[in-house]
Amino acid sequence: MLDVLFIGFSVGSILLLVALGLAITYGAMGVINMAHGEMVMVGAYTTVLSRIWLGGNIFVAIPLAFIVTALLGLLIERVVVRRLYGRLLDTLLATWGIAILIQQAVRLEFGLSFFGIHVEGLGPGLQNVAVPAFLQGAFQFAGQEINIYRTFIIVVTLLVTLVTWAILYRTSVGMQVRAIIRNRPMAAACGIDTERVNALTFAFGSGLAGIAGVMMSGFKTVFPDMGSSMVVDGFMVVVAGGVGSLLGSIYSAGMLGEINGVAAWATNDIVARAIVFGVVILIIVLKPQGLFSYKGR
Amino acid sequence: MSLNRRNFLKTGAAGAVAAPYGFMRTAQAASTIKVGVLFSLTGGLSIIEKSLHDATLMAISEINAKGGAKGMMIEAVVEDGASDPKTYNEKASKLVIQDRVPTVFGSYTSASRKAVLPVFEKRHNLYFYPTYYEGFECSKNVVYTGAVPNQQLSNFIPWIIKTLGKKKFFIVGSNYIYPREMAKVSKILIEKNGGEWIADEYLELGHSEWGSMVNKIKTSGCDVVLSNVVGDSVVAFYREFKNQGLTHDKLPICATVTSEIEIAAMGAEYAVGSFTSFPYFQAIDTDINKAFIERYRAFVKDPKAVTHHALESSYFQVFLWKQAVEKASAITPDAIRDAVKGQEFAAPNGHVKIEPENLHTYLTPRIAQWLPDGQGKIIDAYPQPIKPLPYVAYGETDSNPFCTAKGLDTAKLKI
Repeated sequence: MLDVLFIGFSVGSILLLVALGLAITYGAMGVINMAHGEMVMVGAYTTVLSRIWLGGNIFVAIPLAFIVTALLGLLIERVVVRRLYGRLLDTLLATWGIAILIQQAVRLEFGLSFFGIHVEGLGPGLQNVAVPAFLQGAFQFAGQEINIYRTFIIVVTLLVTLVTWAILYRTSVGMQVRAIIRNRPMAAACGIDTERVNALTFAFGSGLAGIAGVMMSGFKTVFPDMGSSMVVDGFMVVVAGGVGSLLGSIYSAGMLGEINGVAAWATNDIVARAIVFGVVILIIVLKPQGLFSYKGR
Repeated sequence: MSLNRRNFLKTGAAGAVAAPYGFMRTAQAASTIKVGVLFSLTGGLSIIEKSLHDATLMAISEINAKGGAKGMMIEAVVEDGASDPKTYNEKASKLVIQDRVPTVFGSYTSASRKAVLPVFEKRHNLYFYPTYYEGFECSKNVVYTGAVPNQQLSNFIPWIIKTLGKKKFFIVGSNYIYPREMAKVSKILIEKNGGEWIADEYLELGHSEWGSMVNKIKTSGCDVVLSNVVGDSVVAFYREFKNQGLTHDKLPICATVTSEIEIAAMGAEYAVGSFTSFPYFQAIDTDINKAFIERYRAFVKDPKAVTHHALESSYFQVFLWKQAVEKASAITPDAIRDAVKGQEFAAPNGHVKIEPENLHTYLTPRIAQWLPDGQGKIIDAYPQPIKPLPYVAYGETDSNPFCTAKGLDTAKLKI
């Protein structure tokens, strides 16, 4: 049974890793960022490219991917998203468009493929990220074989969550973000530069997606479409957990992961996925605000 | 690195040469044959279908360089299926009705083939389909040049049981028609050869969370895994398999879909020691295959490009079609179809021949074990090509064919 729970825990940590950035952008800024999955993809491609062109491994890629995707996020916020605050559906459409643009940019190698130039590591094909040998295989724990790479993902997720928590609850910028989540006009009235905080928040959320991308690249294939399915899972976690609540996202990721793990063990993966979606629907119907939510004041 | 000045110049030069040539072709419209080329150039499936598209165009350009078919230049009308069956259907209609092509080469998935089938049957046109598929189809308007289940499994399962000595099968696949039909054929063969199957499990197509499934495999007590997993799920599957501490020397994965493309994408170390059954592998050690790989790499300007079964079929089927055009009395779909029956060709995988009755292709079954360099080592091969039997899951045999030139004998088919 321990192995089943471990897999559920690991599924949950992957969900959380993808959802964390979304929880912040959606929660704090009220932007439905459909390009979040593509940020994950860009993070994964950063891993691929840093291996090919810089010779770095997955550990080098983590800070690199954070910086690349955070800058990309900052750019998107400055150019598009900042003009759309308060228009929820418009942000959805605009960021969806951005998602398609990013996907095609990678697939067409930023247009270079029209000129017959091939950049190794980009293009429509599947890319492969080598995982260092000490992260492959399994180790023995309490009579069970535990997957090393999944353990690594769990550790990274814990660290990233801890850092996010510390920033939100132990720094002055974090306090400003929380104030904006509660009540934006009042925060602005108190002298918080909401535009600046929004830009930083969006960049940070995108950077977290980049880290998720690095972790996913060692786990599955890297290709231009890889992000589109992940953004669905991410929103599922955020909506079920309660918009704007970090704790809610953590709980709901853990819960949905375990439900998935146990249901897949008891029946099969296809039924398990249906059960997870069923649970999410039930949560939204019974608690439209999600499991944990702040009352806006 | 292919990003350098020399390649850039070469490409520019090729473009400059190609431009007046294309103009010439339209000027001499009377001596050209238009054919449709319909693969997904965008969307999720473009990863693989782009390579089939390239192989088709390469065959066309090689034929044109040697004087064309019946003295006529072949002109490819390229359309994009966009990884979407509905788009496939629309583009097929466009090619058949508007461009009036006598033949279309296309499709990778069964879903896209099923989507275009009504167009070709209603308009009495001809479709060349290059992919290995699940069988259970007997159309007079499709020429099938990929393997059918008996060419991938009827050698594989007995070999697993007798040579590997593995008897307890865990069958795993993606949840759609191809893996489910393959599982059906596998079960018949497993039982006939004295093995048993413990489980028959599926995961959503494109899903990459394999934790629970691999754990199930681990605790099931099986001694071999038969994988019909498709697409990028393959990569996540092999990685998870190794990461949960399973090894191919104790519990090998024997696959029907995992090709050079997937191996390159997952990293060869995850697949070392596992097996795949296909009529074609890049590792086939013949001069004709080596020359083919070299020409393909030059054609796509990627010195590391891999070749695989469906790609090779996409290539040689154009030559079978060309021979049929030369034999045919007229350039019409019906005449080409009648002429393609029994056509033979020395393909990179060996000798191929179109079976006159069911329009499928004689191919040579082969089994390869994957090596650390991402290439297969061919460890078992039939001495000659075997007859394609699209209804083998339902009792079709060499002497009792279900699918003939007259169509499907429904009296024999008991589901």
